[in-house]
Amino acid sequence: MRHGVILSVGVLALLGFAASLLLPWSSLQALLAADRDLGLTFLLELRLPRAALALVYGAMLGSAGAAIQALFGNPLASPDLTGTTSGAALGAVVTAYIIGAASSFAMAIGAVAGALASLLLLIGLAGRRAETATLLLAGLAISALAGALTTLALALAPSPFAFYDAYSWLMGSLIDRSLPQLGFAAVPAAVAILWLARLAGPLDRLALGEEVAESLGHDLGRLRLQIICLSALGVGACVAICGAIGFIGLVAPIFARRLTGGHAGRAILPAAAIGALLLILADLASRFAPLGRTLPIGVVTALVGAPFFLWLVARMRWGMAR
Amino acid sequence: MSLVDGLGLALAGRLERTNLRLEAGTLTCLVGPNGSGKTSLLHALAGIGRSSGGTLINGEDLRRTSPARRAALATYLPASRDLRWPLHPRDLIALGGASPEQIDDYAALLELDGIEPRTVDHLSTGERSRVLIARALAPRPKLLLLDEPTANLDPLWQIRLMDVVRAEVAQADRAAVVAMHDLDAARRYADRLIVMSKGAIAADGGPDQVMGSGVIREVFGIERDGSHWRAAAEPVRPSADRRSSP
Repeated sequence: MRHGVILSVGVLALLGFAASLLLPWSSLQALLAADRDLGLTFLLELRLPRAALALVYGAMLGSAGAAIQALFGNPLASPDLTGTTSGAALGAVVTAYIIGAASSFAMAIGAVAGALASLLLLIGLAGRRAETATLLLAGLAISALAGALTTLALALAPSPFAFYDAYSWLMGSLIDRSLPQLGFAAVPAAVAILWLARLAGPLDRLALGEEVAESLGHDLGRLRLQIICLSALGVGACVAICGAIGFIGLVAPIFARRLTGGHAGRAILPAAAIGALLLILADLASRFAPLGRTLPIGVVTALVGAPFFLWLVARMRWGMAR
Repeated sequence: MSLVDGLGLALAGRLERTNLRLEAGTLTCLVGPNGSGKTSLLHALAGIGRSSGGTLINGEDLRRTSPARRAALATYLPASRDLRWPLHPRDLIALGGASPEQIDDYAALLELDGIEPRTVDHLSTGERSRVLIARALAPRPKLLLLDEPTANLDPLWQIRLMDVVRAEVAQADRAAVVAMHDLDAARRYADRLIVMSKGAIAADGGPDQVMGSGVIREVFGIERDGSHWRAAAEPVRPSADRRSSP
C-alpha cells in the first residue's frame, strides 16, 4: 500500500508538471491559434523551463532535506533551516556582484561553494549529531551571517542596481529562466538526487545510532562527506538559478517518512517526489494569485511552510516529534 | 584455532594495545569502574570509530567484510538506548540484518509481540532495551558484543536475558563478551571474567579465581562483607603495576 501511495505522489508530481506546462490554458491556446510556431516557442522556452525548474528544485530540496535529516537524526534539519540555502545565495551574490562573474555557470559554482561552506560550518558549530536547539541556533546564526553578508555584498557591489536586480531572485523565482539555465540546475540536481538515493541503506541503519551503524561496517565519515557535498552541489546549483526557496526541504521529508514507516534513508526518493509536487503546486498557486500579479514563489512556500514549522515545533515541544 | 582473535586492539587515550582470544562457546564478562575501558574494548573488537587493530572471526577479518556479511559475524549493542526515529520494533530489528524468521524467533524469545503495535518512542525504557537486544541477537552472529545489556531491565528480565545469552553461546561456534556492573551476576554467568582498569586488562581468568584475588578491591575500592559489597575500609591506592595478574 505504501508503495502505491509513493507511486501516486510521483504520478501527481508529473501531472502537476503537465498542468504547469499547459496552464493558464487560455493564453497558450490563443498563442497557438494565432501563430503555431510562436505558441510552441512560448511553450518550450518559457513554460518548460519554469515547470521543469519547479520539478527539479522541489525534488532536490525534498531529497537533500531527507538526507540531511537522516544524517543529523533530526526532523528539523533542512537545507533552509541549516543555513545551506542562505550560504548558497551568498556564494552566488558574491560571485555575480563582487567578483563580477555573472554567468549562470559561475554563479552556480559560487553557490555550491557557499552551500558547502555553510554545511561544514554547521557541523563545526553544532556537532555531528546535533540536538534540535543547537542545530537550529547554529543554522539561525549561519543564516543571519550569510544574510547580512549578502546585503553587504550587494551594498558594496559596483553596480548601483545590484539591490533591485537581486531582490526578486533572492526571494526565489522560477520565471524567465532559459533552457541552458534549466540545464545548470537540473544536471547537478539529478546527479545529487540519484546519488543520495543510493545512500538510503546506510542512512536507514543510522537510526540504530552511529556506533551500531559503524559496527555494521558503514564508514560514517565518508557517508557524511557524501551527503554534505551532494546536498551542496544540488541545492547550490538550484539556488544559483532560482534563488532561495524555503520550507520544501523541511516539509517534504516529514511527509515522506510517513510513507516509509519512519525509515529516514529510504524516504529520500519519496521526499523528492513530494518536494517536486509541493513546489509545482506553489508555482501554480503563485500563477493564479488573485492580485493580477505574480507572487515570488519563495513567498508562497514560506506562507504555507512557516505555520507548518510552528506546528512542528509545538508538537516537538509536547514530545511527539516524528 | 580459537573462534575470535582480537589483535593489537587499541583506542588512543582510552584503550592500551590489547590482544584478546576468545574460545567458541564461552561467555566472557567484562567488569571495571566507569571509564576503565570496557566500552572501548568492545568498540575495538567491533571495529568501531578510530579504534585500531583487527578482529578475526574464524579467520575472517571483521573490518574487511561487507556490511551485508558483518551482522552474521558480530553485532554490538551500545549502552545508549537512544533511537533517532519512531520505527516499529520489527522494522528496527530488521535494520540489524536479521531475516523475517530470525525476527519472529527473537521477538517471541524476548516477548515483543505485545508491544508490536507501538512505535519505539512509545515504549518504556525496558521495552525499548529488549527491542534493541533483539536487534543484536536476531542475526545470530558468531560474536555478540553487549554493553550493559541488563541496564534498564527489571530483575526478572535481567535474569532471563542473561539466561538467553548463556543459551546463545552454548551453541557451537558462538561467543559473547558482555560488559556489566553487577559483579555477582558476572561471576554467576561468566565462563571467563576480565577486569578492566585504566584502559588495560587488570585481571583475566575464571570468575572464581579473579573474584578471589585482591584485584576487585584494588580496582574498584570495594570489598566483600558477607553477602554484599561495601566500600573498602581503607582508601585504596592502586599499585603502580596495574597489570598484576591474579
